[in-house]
Amino acid sequence: MINQDSKPLLEVQGLHATVNGVAILKGIDLTINYGEIHAIMGVNGSGKSTLAKVLAGHSAYQVTAGAVLFDGKDLLALAPEERARMGVFLAFQYPIEIPGVANSQFLRLAYNTVQTQRGKDELDPLEFDDFVREKMKLLEMNPDFLDRSVNEGFSGGEKKRNEILQMALLEPRLNILDETDSGLDIDALRVVANGVNQFTNNDNATILVTHYQRLLNYIVPDYVHVVESGRIIKTGGKELALELETRGYDWISAENSATEGAVL
Amino acid sequence: MSEVVSNHYLEDLLKTYPKHSTSALPWLSQLRTEAVDRVSALKMPTTHDEEWRFTDISPLTEVPFQVAQTIPQLQPAEIKHHYLQEAATRLVFIDGQYASALSAINNDSGIIVGNLSTLLTSYSAEIAPHLGRYASFNDNIFAALNTAFLHDGAVIIVPKNISIAPPIHLLFIATQKEVTSYPRCLIIAEPGSHVTVVEDYIAQQEVAYVTNSVTEVRVADNAHVNHIRLQRDSHQAFHIANCTATLAHASNFQSINVALGARISRCNLNVQLASEGAECTVNGLALINKRQLADTHTFIDHIKPNGTSRQLHKCIVDGASHAVFNGKIMVQPNAQKTDSTQTSRNLLLTGQAQVDTKPQLEIFADDVKCAHGATVGQLDPEEIFYLKSRGLSELAARNLLTYAFGAEIINRIPIISLRNQLEKAVLEYTQSAEP
Repeated sequence: MINQDSKPLLEVQGLHATVNGVAILKGIDLTINYGEIHAIMGVNGSGKSTLAKVLAGHSAYQVTAGAVLFDGKDLLALAPEERARMGVFLAFQYPIEIPGVANSQFLRLAYNTVQTQRGKDELDPLEFDDFVREKMKLLEMNPDFLDRSVNEGFSGGEKKRNEILQMALLEPRLNILDETDSGLDIDALRVVANGVNQFTNNDNATILVTHYQRLLNYIVPDYVHVVESGRIIKTGGKELALELETRGYDWISAENSATEGAVL
Repeated sequence: MSEVVSNHYLEDLLKTYPKHSTSALPWLSQLRTEAVDRVSALKMPTTHDEEWRFTDISPLTEVPFQVAQTIPQLQPAEIKHHYLQEAATRLVFIDGQYASALSAINNDSGIIVGNLSTLLTSYSAEIAPHLGRYASFNDNIFAALNTAFLHDGAVIIVPKNISIAPPIHLLFIATQKEVTSYPRCLIIAEPGSHVTVVEDYIAQQEVAYVTNSVTEVRVADNAHVNHIRLQRDSHQAFHIANCTATLAHASNFQSINVALGARISRCNLNVQLASEGAECTVNGLALINKRQLADTHTFIDHIKPNGTSRQLHKCIVDGASHAVFNGKIMVQPNAQKTDSTQTSRNLLLTGQAQVDTKPQLEIFADDVKCAHGATVGQLDPEEIFYLKSRGLSELAARNLLTYAFGAEIINRIPIISLRNQLEKAVLEYTQSAEP
């Protein structure tokens, strides 16, 4: 929620990024304060998922200009694992399957790595088991998922739940959900959204990258940004998403070109 | 390597032919004599032989390896950590010689189990029809040498309809340099029986020696054999293994071969589905580093109808090491309704590592279901990024993914303590791996 007194958690300033030499982000400006939920919307290829990956530090994306401050620190100078340990979390659109590694083993390794970095104690397998089972209840996940290989043979909805479970375990300050709603039926969407809502509070902030308004019925954003051709071309409140649902993206595009034309 | 050198090597080897080989049992003397004749006729293979194209075995002939003259006494405390807690029977061999003080035998269920030279006195009639009958040494110099020098080994004969739940652990320990041992294993599962055998090769020191083993497995009608072979020899050692399994009607053979050690290792595994409805699963994992070479040749022969074979072979190749896989599957004209799959997956961890993989499918029947495939890859950057985005370091991410690649095989081992041992070995191993 918007809180006038809260500090900025993430400041993106004039961010440009390329992949394989092709410019995708062409000047993103975005400030997110603690406690806020921002939806980033746009058509396929607009650059919204690229923004998510650049923030997480994917090496395929080169930042060519601009700055990103996370809690006042230069985020772009950090390796992906350092960002994760500081509290940046990306829920993947397509979570990776790791056959051969039990989910419980992976979750505990990630949890303990981050805990150690934060100066806290590691949990042994038994302690962790109790801890993770509590979190799984909130996501209506079957405990069997602990014994299965990471994401292997999980349905789309199960993979997304597993992502939100990791978010719940790692307690990030910045949650970036990349198309978490894609491939979910309505029940799975509700469960995932409830999970996200339980873990968002005034000590963190959330970016929802999505194509559709549907997710925003369940996770209500404070701000909605529309990305086109690598820039944010419109920002509004949650009602903007509803307008996009009924009118599509074209009118903003047209409105934006008109404005640009006027300026020129 | 010139043929002159190789023949000298074999001649010299035969000069060391031990006196104990004059057996009182005529059938055994004859078997050895036949093998000695084959040794005299055969040559050491070179890379000009198609079957040895990628594996230059000549370094083996550069050192005068002999059968151990004296055997050190090992205390249980020195080797206890290699014991399997699940095993009720454990046969320990030191440099090829049976060590009764370190072994434990449980034959309550009527199973015949023990070392060959002891059992020959009372069970010659049970052993004679099988020993040397499945592992052909006619064209195989190493099987011929093993048979010529046949002295001791493990014998397991499981009577009809008897199920042995605890695994039988055969532990072969190498302790000396420049020694050759000729381990021999005979596993006979009578009709309807069920047994799990772990053949385990370890080293007490990092020295050069030769292990030349032969294992013969006979799975009778409706019997079930789990065979786990674990090679963790010294990284200076040479390990040559020939394993043959003959499967009778509706029998089942599950094989897991893990190669971690040796400077040069070569494992030949032949599985014959000799009767209708036989099933086999052949799993392999080679995890090698530095300048190691691990060569696995498998031959799965579908002779009769309705056979099923499943094969998954994985190699993790690090440093400047070299893995070879040659997997031949034959479907004979009579073997209709054969169902066979073979997969070779390889993970290269460095630019210097090398894999040669050659799946071969030869089908002479028209109503069969066969599939095979091979992949060679590196760790996937997307997978590494996923793990790093969860806080894992680059090295931890690479290690976990490398481990995961091997775990698919390790997790198939039906013995928890062995699985844990290997998990630990693989995780510790990979922690030294750099991109």
